[in-house]
Amino acid sequence: MAALPIRRPASRAPLALWPPGLAVVAATLVPAWYLVRRSTERGLAPWEEVLRDAAWPLLARSLQLALVVAVACVLVALPAAWLTTRTDLPFRRAWSVLMAAPLAIPSYVMGMTVVEFLGPKGVLQGWLEPLGVERLPEIYGLWGAAFTLTAVSFPYVYLVLRGALGTASVAEEEASRSLGVPPWPTFFRIVLPGLAPAIAAGLLLVVLYVLSDFGGVSTLNYNTFTRDIFLEYQSSFDRTRAAVLACVLVAVAAVILVAEMAVRRRAGGRASRRTAPPRPVPLGRWRWPAIGFLALVVLASLALPLGVLGYWLVRGLQVGANFPDIGEAARHSLTMGLAAAALTVALALPLAILAARYGGAGASLLEQVAYLTHALPGLVVALSLVFFGIRYAQAFYQTTWMLLFAYLVLFVPNALSALRANLLRLPPRLEEAGTSLGRRPLVVLATVTIPLARPGMGAAAALVFLTVLKELPATLLLSPPGFETLPGLTWGRTSDALYAGAALPALVLVGLALIPLVVLAWRGDPATLES
Amino acid sequence: MKLLRLLFLLALAIVPLVAAACGGDDDDDTTPAPDSGGAATAAASPTAAASPTATPKPSGSITVYSGRGESLVKPLFEQFTKETGIQVNVKYGDSAQLATLLAEEGSSSPADVFFPQDAGALGAISKAGLFEKLPEATLAKVPATYRAKDGSWVGVSGRARVIVYNPTAVQASELPSSVKQLTDPKWKGQVGWAPTNGSFQAFVTAFRKLEGDAAAEKWLKDMIANDVKVYKDNKAIVAAVAAGEVKLGLVNHYYLWGFIKDQGEGFAARNHYTAAGDPGTLVNVAGVGILKSSKNKPAALAFIDYLLSEAGQKYFVEKTYEYPLVTGLKADPRLPALETLKPPAIDLSDLDDLQGTLALLRRVGALQ
Repeated sequence: MAALPIRRPASRAPLALWPPGLAVVAATLVPAWYLVRRSTERGLAPWEEVLRDAAWPLLARSLQLALVVAVACVLVALPAAWLTTRTDLPFRRAWSVLMAAPLAIPSYVMGMTVVEFLGPKGVLQGWLEPLGVERLPEIYGLWGAAFTLTAVSFPYVYLVLRGALGTASVAEEEASRSLGVPPWPTFFRIVLPGLAPAIAAGLLLVVLYVLSDFGGVSTLNYNTFTRDIFLEYQSSFDRTRAAVLACVLVAVAAVILVAEMAVRRRAGGRASRRTAPPRPVPLGRWRWPAIGFLALVVLASLALPLGVLGYWLVRGLQVGANFPDIGEAARHSLTMGLAAAALTVALALPLAILAARYGGAGASLLEQVAYLTHALPGLVVALSLVFFGIRYAQAFYQTTWMLLFAYLVLFVPNALSALRANLLRLPPRLEEAGTSLGRRPLVVLATVTIPLARPGMGAAAALVFLTVLKELPATLLLSPPGFETLPGLTWGRTSDALYAGAALPALVLVGLALIPLVVLAWRGDPATLES
Repeated sequence: MKLLRLLFLLALAIVPLVAAACGGDDDDDTTPAPDSGGAATAAASPTAAASPTATPKPSGSITVYSGRGESLVKPLFEQFTKETGIQVNVKYGDSAQLATLLAEEGSSSPADVFFPQDAGALGAISKAGLFEKLPEATLAKVPATYRAKDGSWVGVSGRARVIVYNPTAVQASELPSSVKQLTDPKWKGQVGWAPTNGSFQAFVTAFRKLEGDAAAEKWLKDMIANDVKVYKDNKAIVAAVAAGEVKLGLVNHYYLWGFIKDQGEGFAARNHYTAAGDPGTLVNVAGVGILKSSKNKPAALAFIDYLLSEAGQKYFVEKTYEYPLVTGLKADPRLPALETLKPPAIDLSDLDDLQGTLALLRRVGALQ
């Protein structure tokens, strides 16, 4: 079908957008610049060595995990999004909140609690023992890691899909049904292709997240590229080899980005033309299986981690374990989360507007470049900023400013994806109308584009806030000495095997991260509020 | 969206606060250091609060990169500040990651003292030439086995490798006297190890030193063939042994006592020490060194001397169940005395071939 191009309004982009846009892209390139320098400091020998034996098996394992998690995320998120947007499911809003909420759980917390609950002799086995279950099957390895990462990352796909389903046109779908095509073929031929860009956008975040994750894969013992990079730092203190491995990871991210862009381009602007709000599909007797499915997802992704944390807390209280004082850490985490959200969204907005509203090839390319380092583990990004900070910004080194900068570099892509989803859905002729009325581009920007982008800014701020709250490696390395944070306390206690003491900051962390998520999910998709 | 907008505005309001916080930290870092050479440094080594009148009394503040967890060492650091007036700013983190951080910072590091959990991280910084040589008076407090040959770092507390076992699943009489017996089919699928863990890798390095690379490789392969179970780290192994996932595990001795404190005496795991000279009884250290880039070396040295004072050593005995390294002090009564362990004759400075060990572990497929 001929998709209408929704990008490229005829009006020119305000020049003022370019400097901040370019600055953000430059900031996200700091890790790449560092990696090139580090990885070539001993010539090409480490490159040859890594590319000869180490890289390919690791790459295969990483991609295998990413593929399994991606498929699982779609299998969970697609039905969940459809049920909560298109049907007469009871308590749709509450379910929406619950489907978004697992995003608040850090992967290292999920990993630890999965092992405690589903381990061969975990809590579940204890419950099943009266039934003669001596031992559960091995959780460690690919399937355990995939379970853990799916549980914490499917909401990325869910949120994008819910947005797309909430706004997509149902005219074609209804036409197809009225021509006598049964529901399932209609779904596969009409609905699913229309959702392709949304699925691709969600999966992009998921795949990059899986590639960069350390907490989940290390607890579940699945060796990936990122785990091997950590191992290299940890065991042989070989920064060069680690840098070479990280470079390969960036190259992989580039390939994935190109693939996602291709999906989006082929689908064009299909998802944006909405005619009338769709009538909810009556579920009838399918209501109970639907509720059962959603309940199962909530059990695995929320009840499991929160239940285990609660169990540790109660057990600790019973034996009089020592709990950390978390007031200051909570204040620090909250402050940094809010400040990073404000800064990141403010700086990502110009780039997002350039790419989505005035979509020249240059701006779109720059936007993609900002995603490149998103596949890198936080540790590598942190080290690159250490390298940069100690040489060129000594006055800011190990201050909270440096930490804010690290969060900006790490999470600009999260902000961009939320902003893009919002900006692309606005009708294309808005700016043209403004310009044709004789307004200057900058005025149009301030009076038309930015006000309409506000829902997206809220969503982006929420995403950055909760991701910052969970972030561990950069927080540990770059924060000023003595600057306690919630993830820092959680990590410290777990590495000292004090689970009771770890459960408290972890629960507070999850609680804080949930606040913006609940607001976001309860209000519904930002794009649906525009009209 | 109202609430979000509110959060957003709040965030904007908070930025200046962050700025203020930064300013404060900077002031702490730039406290002028009393200027003194190496000789004066050596003279000013007060043990605890014993000599308040010692000549140039160290003061100001120091920054410590600590691989020891906040929950373990923070009270000790606070006690030090109370007794000396020296402020301690601590950056907590993983020992190896902090070592990498120091290497990346090089000569501009804001750190004065590095206090990691294992000799490997100390060795890496020593090798990079970032440590200052410690004065003899400080080094002499600890037996030569537990400090760097070149005097660049000194051990603070000792940690023995043990076999942790589940007493409900294994009789004490069945326990092996050497790690080499763990390849016996009797233990098939019943042993846990953590090949990515630093102390395990130090143990493998010791194995290579003692028995040769070929023997180490064969042992690792036989262990894998015997279906050894892989865990993330020592504490995951201890937890798995107590839960009955595996019967035995290769770990450091003190995790067990932390679990017992956290979960009570009923915790189903106990430690077993292998026979004298076995690589399985290696004693590693958590230790400390002063960075060349330190701007307040007298205070840094006072800090190290405090860790090696009776109060400091006793703290590790009581809170972390480790072995005190200063001659004449006793470990927790539940532990066998350090002298009776008879660890293999190995110099911890010789355990620096971590790259060789990592390559070996990769080759045998222990790091899948």
